[in-house]
Amino acid sequence: MVKYITKRIGISILTVLVLVTVVFILVRLMPGDPFNDPKMTPTVRANLNAYYGLDKPVIQQYATYLGNLLRGNFGYSMIYPNQTVNNLLASSFPYSLDLGIRALVLSLSLGLVFGIISALNRGNKIDLFFVIVAVIGTSVPDFIMGAILQYFFAVKWGLLPIAQYYGFAHTILPSIALGFYTMASISRIMRASMLEVVQQDYIKTARSKGLSNFRITWKHQIRNAILPVVTVLGPTVAAVLTGTFVIESIFAIPGMGKYYVESVQNYDYSMILGTTVFYGTFLVLANMVVDIFYGIVDPRIRIAGK
Amino acid sequence: MDFHNQTITPDRFRVVGKNLKEMESISRPSITFWKEAWLRIRSNKAAFAGLVILIVYVLLAIFAPLLSKYSFDQQDAYAMRQSFSAEHWFGTDTLGRDLWVRVWVGARVSLSIGFIAALINSVIGTIIGGFSGYYGGKLDMILMRIIDIIYGIPSLIINILVMVVLGTGIQSLIIAMVITGWAGACRFTRGEVYRLKEQEFVLAARVLGQSTFMIIVREIIPNIMGLLITNLTMAIPSAIFREAFLSYIGLGISPPDASWGVLAKEGTALMQVAPHLLYIPAFFIGTTVLAFNQLGNGLRDAFDPRLRGTD
Amino acid sequence: MPEVVLELNNLEYSFKTYGGVVKAVRDVTFEVRKGEILGIVGESGCGKSVTVQSILRLNPEPPGFFQGGSINFAGKDIIKLSNKEMRKIRGIEIGFIFQDPMTSLNPTMRVGKQIEEIFVGRTGVTRAEAKQKSMEILKLVGINEPERRYRQYPHELSGGMKQRVMIAIALVGQPTVIIADEPTTSLDVTIEAQILEILKDLQEKYQTSIILITHDLGVIAKMCDRVLVMYGGKIVEEGTAENIFYETAHPYTSGLIQSIATLDTSKDEELIPIDGTPPDLFSPPIGCPFTPRCEFAMEICGELFPEHTRVSEEHYSHCWLLHEYAPEVELVSVKRKQDDETAESPNKEEIGGNV
Repeated sequence: MVKYITKRIGISILTVLVLVTVVFILVRLMPGDPFNDPKMTPTVRANLNAYYGLDKPVIQQYATYLGNLLRGNFGYSMIYPNQTVNNLLASSFPYSLDLGIRALVLSLSLGLVFGIISALNRGNKIDLFFVIVAVIGTSVPDFIMGAILQYFFAVKWGLLPIAQYYGFAHTILPSIALGFYTMASISRIMRASMLEVVQQDYIKTARSKGLSNFRITWKHQIRNAILPVVTVLGPTVAAVLTGTFVIESIFAIPGMGKYYVESVQNYDYSMILGTTVFYGTFLVLANMVVDIFYGIVDPRIRIAGK
Repeated sequence: MDFHNQTITPDRFRVVGKNLKEMESISRPSITFWKEAWLRIRSNKAAFAGLVILIVYVLLAIFAPLLSKYSFDQQDAYAMRQSFSAEHWFGTDTLGRDLWVRVWVGARVSLSIGFIAALINSVIGTIIGGFSGYYGGKLDMILMRIIDIIYGIPSLIINILVMVVLGTGIQSLIIAMVITGWAGACRFTRGEVYRLKEQEFVLAARVLGQSTFMIIVREIIPNIMGLLITNLTMAIPSAIFREAFLSYIGLGISPPDASWGVLAKEGTALMQVAPHLLYIPAFFIGTTVLAFNQLGNGLRDAFDPRLRGTD
Repeated sequence: MPEVVLELNNLEYSFKTYGGVVKAVRDVTFEVRKGEILGIVGESGCGKSVTVQSILRLNPEPPGFFQGGSINFAGKDIIKLSNKEMRKIRGIEIGFIFQDPMTSLNPTMRVGKQIEEIFVGRTGVTRAEAKQKSMEILKLVGINEPERRYRQYPHELSGGMKQRVMIAIALVGQPTVIIADEPTTSLDVTIEAQILEILKDLQEKYQTSIILITHDLGVIAKMCDRVLVMYGGKIVEEGTAENIFYETAHPYTSGLIQSIATLDTSKDEELIPIDGTPPDLFSPPIGCPFTPRCEFAMEICGELFPEHTRVSEEHYSHCWLLHEYAPEVELVSVKRKQDDETAESPNKEEIGGNV
């Protein structure tokens, strides 16, 4: 188990390193010469030079870059001249995180429950209903879902707030929009997993012991069926967190995604750099946590290593 | 017991001995793997419907713009934001462009990007993964670590950065999606090949003296072909989604070119006044993804009977 | 009069499939007596697993269903019991040992727990008692360091140990009958010997009846008091182990005996397999199912299923060769060693081999 954890951490660190380097290279390749734009104010130029060391050789710039990152200094925004990237990230990330967590909790809990109910009712109308919901959920991209939800529930019927994010009611539509796809996907995986597990020999053993259906389902079927879901949890978390970008635009939520999309559309390179690295690292770490969690949940990995 | 109707007479006790021919002739006629898979797909209604829908869409994508009198960027100030009509089957958008034509021109873009990106990913991933899995050893270990890392980098982020570097357009999109996309297929193929090569039929082939190359071609590839095709089919929807997403945030295809993502973006802006502008592209994205998913499920079931009954 | 603890009467069990109805068990009748080990031997697909699983109603339903007959246990017909009543029987009154220990244990639950949980939801046994009984049974089946093993997960145990756990699970409730479905088929020969020893010891200790299904005639010889030979969903011969081996009264049984090697088989002797394959149960054969493969087959064999004919006190066979109209035929059986003519059961060393 310790070996497993160390391996996971090691790979994650390497991944972050590669990510950071790739970002460095890509930013250098961006069109135009952002660091020498004549429209730039002298203050911004001075800041940039100080931060990036632009007159020095590339290798040294890379080292400066890494050094800056390690110190958590992401430099200055080019669009908001007096704001550091750090500030912008710090003020906006909590919103994205909040949205992402709500969506994840929603999609995980509902997804598992729907998948279980579906599998236990295989073949009848309840199953059909949930399967259709799941199919629709995985066929509609989240931004379209968001637009539709917003139009009907907020604009047309006025049931929920249209935009912004300062009360519980405000979180409902965005969370659903963001989590719907994931919920549908998890419910499909869980359903398939439940149906596969029920054919396993140990379920027959459980029945031969005279256990109640409830106990068999809960302790034997669900406990094992959930493992494949945990396996995909890493990419799922990543998908949800990156999905916040667009949902934030639609619902005018002052999260990081909004700044990210803006910076991309306006070529604010330091913001792009900063948000990409920050976001990317966060996702890699989230993946790592999920992988470690999987190691804990599956006794075959937890004990006797991998 | 059915003794009541029969009388037992000595003449019925004549010895006739074994009769094996009759036994063996009862067995079913054998058909090839591919034919059987095709039959299974045909009987799977959802999968077959998906296949039909996709074929229809592809045909429309190719022919509809050719047969229409409008071109995709032809503007008409007198016919803006109209709903369905005889003139404009799908209505018009905010610049008076015919939506029907734009949908099918967009289909060309979205479908081809989806298909090409997924195909390239699958081919590269399979070749690398296949060799890594088969040869194993140090090469395999190192390669898999590298793949793990590439796979671990959030692909959307790389997509976005690459698009910023390369600018918008079909080519850039394909490159962006392929740079990290092949890692998934690679991992999968490597896992399957690794598992298969330990199985006894491969051992048997080796014992019979088959060369490594022939083993890969004749023993291993047919066994993973089915799964490969299935994975390809399932990868296309995510490529389509990704393109839609990137276009939506302005990084994919830029107007006046059309793709379903671009159309969706234009549609969400005008949702309140001309909802058809959103619903139509959303409908096509949704049904295409649905069709691919059902087809993929059907293919998976067709190629691997063990998985039947789980979806 | 031997006490009967379980009897199956004219049991018919089938499966509904896409291709039609498969009749897996076609009119099977037998009884299980107190304290005996009853063996069931036959090829794959002859219906032995389906038969014994239907005793505890473990076959998947759908597509399985009881088509006829009755299963009598403790004064009740199992087929007619409700699910609730069925659960009372499973595990506590009738235990089951499955074939493949590698897949028959829940990989995410500790081993001790999997034994203990037999007592969950039953009155009269406290949690502490359950744990104590489970610990004891672990020792009884020969697992070293039972306290440590109790807390382990299945993947930490070897195949042989896992099967001992399966036996423990089957025995902990001290059932009247244990059904062992090929308990040693997937184990090494040396482990197999140990497992069989454990089964025999525990059986003697608790006077449990065991229904033992196997491919292996050697296991039958070592363990069983009486034997049933099944083919094509029916019982074709039944008797004591001695009857079956030394006074074989069915061509199929005889074929089985001839197809295995014994210590007496010389190097140059060819093994004689039985030609052909088991019957297709989608359209079950009308007469005796063994007819196409039987060298002595007669006209009547393919037309009518043979009567239940008594050969000697405990020995019955379903074969037209036993009818008065049939020609005289010598069926190959195991030869007794000269000095063993008075022996009670077949010499273990003479017989060994798989069907």
